[in-house]
Formats: sequence, C-alpha cells, structure tokens
Amino acid sequence: MKDFEPKIVCFLCKWCTYSGADLAGTSRMKYPPNGVVIKTLCSSRVDPQHILLAFSKGCDGVFIGGCHPGDCHYQSGNYKTKRRIILLKKVLKQLGLNTNRLRLEWISASEGKKFANTMVEFTDQIKKLGPIPKINCE
Amino acid sequence: MKKIGVFICHCGINIKDTVDVDRLTEELADYPGVAYIENYMFMCSDPGQNHIKDAIHERKLDGVVVAACSPTLHESTFQTVLKESGLNEYQMEIANIREQCSWVHTDIEQATHKAKLIIKTAIEKLKLNESLYPVSAPVTKKALVIGGGIAGIQAALDIADAGFQVIMVEKKPSIGGHMIQLSETFPTLDCSQCILTPKMVALSKHKNIKLYVNSEVESIDGYVGNFNVKIKQEALYVDPAKCNLCDDCTEVCPVLVPSEQDEGLSWRKAIYIPFPQAIPATYTLDVENCLGLEPIACGKCREKCIAEAINYDATDTIIEEEVGAVILATGFDLYPVENIPEYGYGKYPDVITSLQFERILSATGPTGGEIYRPSDGKVPKEIVFVQCSGSRDPEHHLSYCSKICCMYTLKHAKLYKHKVHNGQPYIFYIDIRAGGKRYEEFVQQAVSEEGILYIRGKVAKIYKEGDKMIVIGMDTLSNKKIEVKADLVVLAMGIVPSEGSHDLVKRLKINTDDKGFLSEAHPKLRPVESLQAGFYLAGTSQGPRDIPDSVSQASGAAAKALILLSSDKIYHSPIIASVDEDLCSGCAICVGTCPYGARELNEVSKVVEVNEILCEGCGACISACPSGAAQQKNLTDDQIDNMIKIIASGK
Repeated sequence: MKDFEPKIVCFLCKWCTYSGADLAGTSRMKYPPNGVVIKTLCSSRVDPQHILLAFSKGCDGVFIGGCHPGDCHYQSGNYKTKRRIILLKKVLKQLGLNTNRLRLEWISASEGKKFANTMVEFTDQIKKLGPIPKINCE
Repeated sequence: MKKIGVFICHCGINIKDTVDVDRLTEELADYPGVAYIENYMFMCSDPGQNHIKDAIHERKLDGVVVAACSPTLHESTFQTVLKESGLNEYQMEIANIREQCSWVHTDIEQATHKAKLIIKTAIEKLKLNESLYPVSAPVTKKALVIGGGIAGIQAALDIADAGFQVIMVEKKPSIGGHMIQLSETFPTLDCSQCILTPKMVALSKHKNIKLYVNSEVESIDGYVGNFNVKIKQEALYVDPAKCNLCDDCTEVCPVLVPSEQDEGLSWRKAIYIPFPQAIPATYTLDVENCLGLEPIACGKCREKCIAEAINYDATDTIIEEEVGAVILATGFDLYPVENIPEYGYGKYPDVITSLQFERILSATGPTGGEIYRPSDGKVPKEIVFVQCSGSRDPEHHLSYCSKICCMYTLKHAKLYKHKVHNGQPYIFYIDIRAGGKRYEEFVQQAVSEEGILYIRGKVAKIYKEGDKMIVIGMDTLSNKKIEVKADLVVLAMGIVPSEGSHDLVKRLKINTDDKGFLSEAHPKLRPVESLQAGFYLAGTSQGPRDIPDSVSQASGAAAKALILLSSDKIYHSPIIASVDEDLCSGCAICVGTCPYGARELNEVSKVVEVNEILCEGCGACISACPSGAAQQKNLTDDQIDNMIKIIASGK
C-alpha cells in the first residue's frame, strides 16, 4: 500500500472554502496534492449523484467544503448540503463503502490553515482506507 | 468540437518552479479539443494578453483555458481579452494552478501531474460552456421607503437629494418614529427634537418626496427594479389642505384617549394632532374612538370647524405606485412589559418604562421636562433603573442584548441628576456595554462625577411598601441579596421588531431571523441588503441599534438603492438556473429550496419557471431536482460529471 496515491474530488464553494484554499496557497502552506478542486457557487449545488459517480468511477475520497452555519452566501445552502450528506452516508453504508471516504467541512475564506490541515488529515485517512472497492451506482 | 487554446502561465517562477510547464505543454498538445497550446512568463501582462488575442485570430479559437493564478485575481482580465477578440466572455476558463497547486506542493512530479488534471477539468468544462449574456431588465427610477422614523427619513432624504422620486409610507399620523419621543440623545445630550424636526420639515417640503401617513403597504408584486406597490391609506376625515391647525376641534371633542406620543402618561382627544411639530401638520380623526361617525351621537368637531375640513364620510383608499427599489425601515417596539409580571408594571404607577421616562424628561412631555412621579406628582428622591429588562435572558425572555439600554439608562440617570441635584440614581446592570464613539468616556464621566450607583445584578421582584417601591435584587459582585427603596422605578426594556412588521414582511416575503428582525444578505459584507433583490434594510428593523448607527445604515441602504436606481438597466450574472421543460414533471420540489422565490410553478403548463432576475445561481434547486430538468448554466450536471471523470481517471 506504500505507493497508493488516492484520487480525491474536492467540491469547494466559491465564497468560503475555495477562498480558504486560495489563502492556504498565498500563505504557502503545504498539503498533499491528491485532491483536485471542482468549484461550485454553493455547496448545495453538489448533487449526491455526483458523489456516487465519483466513487463509482474510482475516486477514493470526496470532500465538500462550505461556509460555516449562518454564513452561507445563499442563506441556507450549507444546511441543505448537510442534510443531503447525512442521508447519503446512509446510502454509502448500504453500498458497503466506509462513510469516512466522504467528508463535509465548514471552512471559511479566512481559514487557510484549516483547509491545509483538513487536506493533510483527509488524504491520510483515505490512504489508510486504501483504494476504493469496485461499486456500480450508474 | 470547439477549438480550444490553452495558455499556461509561469507567473515568473511562482508556477514554473514547481510545475514543469514545458512538459505540460507537450503532454496536453494532443488532448482532444486542444487546437493550440503555449506557455509564457506572464500571461496577465500586455504581451501575454496579446499572445492570447493573436492565437484566437490566427487559430480561429472558440474558447480559451488560462492556467494561471486564482480566478479571483484575473478572471475578469482574461474575460475582457476574449470580449476584445470577439469571443463571448463565458468561453474562458481559469485553471487555478498557482494558489491551489504550485504554491501548496513541493514535489515537481506530483505538482505537474495535478496541474495537468486541473487543466483537463477546465478544458472539459469549457467544451460544454454556452455563450451567455448578462440578464437585463429596465429600472423604475423611484424608491419606496416603508417607515418614517429617523432611518426612513434619512434614507428618503438621501435618495431624494440624489434626484430620484421617493414614496414614503408611515403607519402613524406623523413621521418621526421613536426618536421624536426622546428627550436628549447620548453621548452628546443634544435635544432629540431639535436635531430631528428640521429633517422632518425638509422631508415634507422636498419636491421629490411623496408622503403617505396613516397608511400601510398592502402588497408588493414584481421584481427588482420593477415593483408594483399597493398602499392602503386610511380615510382622510380631516382634509389636510383645508385644516388650518386652529385647534377648535380638540377643544370641543368629548373623548379622551391615552396619548401614544406620551406613552399613556397624558391624554389626547379623538381628533388630535400627535404633537405640535407633527409632519404632516394636520389633525387626525381617530376613527376607533370618535363618536361623530354617527352624527346623532356627536358631530361637535364638524360643527365647530370653520374651515369645513372635516368629512365623516371619507373612506379608505388604495393607492398604486410603481417603484424600482424598496427600503424597509420598519423600526422597533419595546419588549412587552406585561411579560415580566414580577416587576409590577401596570399594578404600580411608579414602575414605568424607559420610553415613558423619556417623555417625562422631554420638554414637550406631560410634565414639561420636570421630573415628577406618575402616582402623586412628587419629585422622586431615589430612582432605580433596571437594565436588561427582558433582554439577555434566553430562558424567560429575549436572548439578545438590546444594545442601546446601557447608554440610554445612563443618560436617564444623568439627566435626572441635572434636574434633581440631591437625588440618588441606582442602576442594576449585568455588564456595561459602551462600545461606541465617546460612549466609554460618557460612562466614566458619569460614574466619577455624577454619583450614580451601579449595582451588578438582576432584579428579581418589585413591590410597593407605603409610598416606596421596594426593589429586590442580587448583587452578583458581593453575592448578597440587595434591597433598594425607591420613589420611582424605570425599566430599560429590550427591543423587539415593531408591531405589524411581522405581518408586513410575511406579506412581502422578506426573510427575518429567528427574532423577527429582517435578515441581511450577508452578516458582514452585505449588511444593508435583503436577500430579496431590490429590498434594502435600514435602522432597527434589522436589529437593535442606536441613532448614529441607524442613520449611517440608512445612508448605506440609500446608496445601495441609488446604485440600482441610477442604472438604466439592471444586469445580473447569467450563471443561473434553467429548466428543461420536456423533463420537468412539475413536482415543484425545487420551489421550496429557493431562498429567493425565483422559482414558480406555472399552473397552466405545470412546468416550473425561473425568474432570471431573482435567481442568484446557488444551484440548491438543481441538486434537488429528481428528474434532471433543473440545470445550472455553464455548470451543468454533464460538465460536473465530465470533470469528475478526469479526476477519477487520475490521468
């Protein structure tokens, strides 16, 4: 498992976590390069189907970053995301997937450090879980 | 297939040192869709931009991916390059390979690989990008201001002074709000009426302002820039054009009603002027208490009125206006004092509210500014002020701090000392919150020079013994029960949204917080805008605040409204939701997910429609749509799926 480099999709909302990730960059913080970002305007744009597709196509982890509760640029998008993710985790369990492969975090535009730390932790966690087992959600 | 140009920036050494740009250029040259690729030291520089322009023309490119810094920095720069080259600006994507790649990784091999994946996802997204144009609509160059307190007055004056028409709607017979009731204002102790009445007069004389008093907004239809407003104006029993303010009518009126202006400390007649400086300067007939609507019963005022200004047969009217922007300045009321029965308000006349004490202190109040207690007219020798009455008590009353009570209570104590030199004020407090310009100095001066006694703790009970009020509380500094005998008790009541604002905002579908105050679009960055486009917030309608904050917020709201009114058209990002009519089943699940009311089920076609002006493009509705009919322009499910596939392939 030494050479296992996980593939991670990171859905980041434009207003908070994407800016937080930019701040980690301007602050020259270091974290593993496994996560590749897809920018959305709001975390609530992330459809559970996208997450299932990611897992079925071979992504080892999916990360979603949104604004802190009460700070959503669109008022309540992050609450909607939270409810969807809680529900989706139940589905993942039924598919036999470890729910730790999916992570939702609230990271603000000022929390570059939190973004970098989360990337370190999450990548490490996925490395320990190993490559994703074959599933078919399509 | 689109012919895409890829432009990789070195950013000096910022990208080049960690990402092998030459290898990227070589490896991506054959990627499907890539018609041209190059790398350059500074893509954002003039020569860099020219490289892109030249390539667009020479290679006849349909779209461009710029692999560089975060889109926050240069997205608009490169969008302009495309526009100048005759392409639609939405045919450009940024691949963020600096902030989210070269600056956060150290291994060149890994960073180059990640940069390749980022650029590929950008190419895949761009392949399905549509050419979009900002959504536009005309603007009605007129504003509606709801509420005629200091915040509404300031906002109306600012907008009118900028040359735009303003409609002001006030529920009461006069503008002025709560500020006109106040005696003097902290921390400067200048007279509230002296600073407010000139503004009221300016408003009434302003050629750009139309004022409706005794009126309420019934409904607002339409959307930002184009609202249709229905205003219900109570019947004008006294014609303001004919009334000459002689006051003969009040002299003959036999009905006495507790005065709203004096918070029930004095009486007014059923036909009255709320206070001498009222704007508009005219008499109002209080239809609920007047006997004259049945002329057999009374009719005295009409007989007496030489000007023939009184008409008992007047009826309510509905006025329709068109406006482009709406300012909500619906103000506050005191927390209902009846909710704290242990303080004995209503039972003991010498337990009064802070607003009643303002009236006692005011030169235009029931006592002409002299301090007498209501029960027997004696000058109170000891007064207890109870701060946080109803505030900061989440278990029983309001959870929040009402923000102004610390300062006005101290002002009360000071003004009392200025009138009753040998009097002793006591103030029960939880904390002293004096976070305003010159506020802390105001507190320090009072404590050191005026002999005001502060007792830290809450009051548990107030009752009467002889002609004294006994205030029982807890001194939380010494942890001892404390009892103070006082002649008068003033309750610094917490602040709640004004009565009636709840129904109004519900009718207008404006978001409020859990306390009923109007919600701002963003707590830090958009504090004077409502989430509903075209609605702006001013004053205490948004939360407890003092006069300077209300005035500055009102000017802020006016400035935001003016941005809208001064545009010929409103433009809006086209990255919004759309509906595929063939796929939509009309289940309307999406309608409930939209925080902006931008989605509506067309009852005829049974298909949901998106109001392009109201939609902010969050995408919450799209992920809620069970049929895939809802899509986000230029971030469709297909685009996201194609990006996911790139990341999942790892290649």
